[in-house]
Amino acid sequence: MKRLRSIGAFWYDFVVGDDWRVAAVVVSAVALTALLVHVAGVNAWWLLPVCVFGALGWSLHRATAGTGENQ
Amino acid sequence: MNSLPLILTVFVACAVEATEALTIVLASGLTREWRSTFQGMAVALVVLAAVVAAVGPALTLVPLAALRLVVGALLAIFGVQWLRKAILRATGHKSLHDEASAYLREVAAAKAATVTSRRGVNDWYAFTLSFKGVLLEGLEVVFIVITFGDNQRDLGAAVIGAAAAVIVITVTGIAVRVPLARVPENAMKFAVGIMLTSFGLFWGAEGAGVSWPGHDASLLGLVPVVALVSLGYTLMLRQWRTIPAPPVAHPSEEGVTS
Repeated sequence: MKRLRSIGAFWYDFVVGDDWRVAAVVVSAVALTALLVHVAGVNAWWLLPVCVFGALGWSLHRATAGTGENQ
Repeated sequence: MNSLPLILTVFVACAVEATEALTIVLASGLTREWRSTFQGMAVALVVLAAVVAAVGPALTLVPLAALRLVVGALLAIFGVQWLRKAILRATGHKSLHDEASAYLREVAAAKAATVTSRRGVNDWYAFTLSFKGVLLEGLEVVFIVITFGDNQRDLGAAVIGAAAAVIVITVTGIAVRVPLARVPENAMKFAVGIMLTSFGLFWGAEGAGVSWPGHDASLLGLVPVVALVSLGYTLMLRQWRTIPAPPVAHPSEEGVTS
């Protein structure tokens, strides 16, 4: 059980990384882009870059708002 | 698309990880035993090569749009995490990765461990230390090699980039016999983060059905835009750090203790 948990923690850290919100924003933005393209017929090539730049800024702000990460 | 950006991106990403793996291998070899260290390193490299050989060609059977959707999203997540870490380190909000101190930590742990022989390996500690170091650092490289290689339908070029980096770093490490503390790891991480994010955005959106203005050529515009936004965030954080913080009320006045 302990080994399973550590394997899960390794893969979570490997794929998701330090801030799960970034992963959540990217996945949501890709899904929204697909919806806009296939349902609404909008060629939303700009949506993913805008969301990713926003997520990066938000994540940096959260990391530096307190004392910062000094790992 | 030309193979050169693919080879260069994989080369730089692989060089960063190989530098970190080399620190562990040197700590193990110089303080414990070279034979067991090389055995651990060789087994890890075989495992990594097997993963590339098995997963790489298998993924080419997946339809390109689906592959780009999943891999693009993963690369964008990966790239932003690399950029985030590099920006935090460049602005002093996170300590820089220091190969010299990482080496000293590994040496201290290696000296303290006892020598035990197991499964034909003289020094099991040296074997596992080297095996785990190379395998864990190599997994990110394998991910990049497979995703970039399969998406570009050019796995061979990605493997060339990775192999070249491993050879360059290994030969340099063997020649100098000290951790490569002078490698500008953070700058390289920053550059790789920009490339991973750019390719991730391009493939992720394309996999979702988007048609990029200018098609493949839009990637040439996307890379500088990602670089400029990242540099902008870096400059902004540096400026904020130099502005003195406003006076903070005494904790007891706000009832805050942490």
